[in-house]
Amino acid sequence: MRPPTRHLRGFAPWIVPLLILLAWEASSRLGWLSVRILPEPLAVATAFWNLLVSGSLVHDVAISTGRALGGLAIGGGLGLALGLLTGTFRTAETLLDTTLQMIRNVPALALIPLVILWFGIDESAKLFLVAIGVFFPIYLNTYHGIRAVDAGLIEMARSYGLQGWSLYRDVILPGALPSILVGLRFSLGLMWVLLIVAETISAQSGIGYMTMNAREFLQTDVVLVGVLLYALLGKLADLVARGLERRFLRWNPAYLGVAA
Amino acid sequence: MQRDWIAPPAAGHAVQLDGLCKQFGDRTVLDGLHLDIAPGEFVAIVGRSGCGKSTLLRLLAGLDAPSDGELRLGGAPASARRDDVRMMFQEARLLPWRTVLQNVKLGLDAADAQARDALAHVGLVDRAHDWPSVLSGGQRQRVALARALVHRPRLMLLDEPLGALDALTRIEMQRLIESVWRERRFTAVLVTHDVAEAVALADRVLLVEDGRITLDEAVTLARPRAHGSAAFADIEGRVLARVLKEPAQAAIEQRSRLAA
Repeated sequence: MRPPTRHLRGFAPWIVPLLILLAWEASSRLGWLSVRILPEPLAVATAFWNLLVSGSLVHDVAISTGRALGGLAIGGGLGLALGLLTGTFRTAETLLDTTLQMIRNVPALALIPLVILWFGIDESAKLFLVAIGVFFPIYLNTYHGIRAVDAGLIEMARSYGLQGWSLYRDVILPGALPSILVGLRFSLGLMWVLLIVAETISAQSGIGYMTMNAREFLQTDVVLVGVLLYALLGKLADLVARGLERRFLRWNPAYLGVAA
Repeated sequence: MQRDWIAPPAAGHAVQLDGLCKQFGDRTVLDGLHLDIAPGEFVAIVGRSGCGKSTLLRLLAGLDAPSDGELRLGGAPASARRDDVRMMFQEARLLPWRTVLQNVKLGLDAADAQARDALAHVGLVDRAHDWPSVLSGGQRQRVALARALVHRPRLMLLDEPLGALDALTRIEMQRLIESVWRERRFTAVLVTHDVAEAVALADRVLLVEDGRITLDEAVTLARPRAHGSAAFADIEGRVLARVLKEPAQAAIEQRSRLAA
């Protein structure tokens, strides 16, 4: 491929967002859009800059990221552990899977009133919501990943003397990994959704707090900064998940070209 | 390509099957099967689908346990763990997340030199660091052969390993297997649908029908055998006629019984 074409292809996805941005700026300047509804992009950028300089932006993003990752660690860790358990042992599946499938059908957000009753409105409530939301994608995909490992490969490995932990490490876990990473990617998306809701309901810090505070003072530009931050953080999480896939699934034909 | 092996070639196992039975539920797959295989002998088993030939191989490999009867390897009752018995499957069954070299090393600790030697033996040492997904079907089976050889098996089980290959690759693989067998003198048991393949490779061609051996044809042609020779065609024709006869007769009998 010739370099100019590649540049163009790299640039192409950004054409539409740029056009929207230009149209937005123009309609604000022409007075078509009220500042209360949608401030001009420049004002949003200024608000972003001011928040950054004052240090409150970094503080809020750090707090929110901490909550998100904390919830992911707890919920994802439990999901992985239980998924490995029910995927590997029939007894564990018989005992646990039906219960977990029932709980899965309850939307995490429906638990909010209960969560507030249990934890009040402090940090543990937010961690709990995020954890329970990210638990199921990782649990389900781990469980199915383990179950879907090619039985022929397991039989082959057994006949080559692999058993117990070495069979698990060399055959079952790598075989389940693509599925586990799909679960992680789903979880990363859900993680932000749940955090936004949790922070919007009640918080004394974090991006959700920042936007809710700004709403009370009619600072639409700051609200928009918050919205854009969530979009950026979500994109970042997705990039991380993709990076992990490229790193750990480089043997997979779907990633071979990328890794080379 | 033909490099020297570090250790002396392992001698083949004698195989004795005495009244071997295998039932799956109500279905009897092997029904009191008797068979003696001399050390270093190459035996081919032919038969229709579902005649029990693959089950026999799985019993020899220790992947299934016989329902009744005795199985002796090298004069001793076969134990559950058979480090000197290796099997090649219909599919190569390479671990896709391991490179070619790592696949050959499966179940061995720190055996880089041996694994490379085995790969050199099948002419794939230059592909050592490739992923299995970029290899052709024939190359994958060659890696599977190297993986089996590196364990210095005394009994090599071949479960239609060439069934999925194209005609030219199949003849190449037959020659490779024959040359490796002549050099290493392991005992070989090949299950195949292809009577010509059986006659080309084996010292004895066995026919399994209804869980018993119903034909034991010695093939005394000089090696390497030319597919086109009259003697070859004569044996092939005889075995093939015998394979085809039985079911056709059974169908005629059944029809006459229904008519009566």
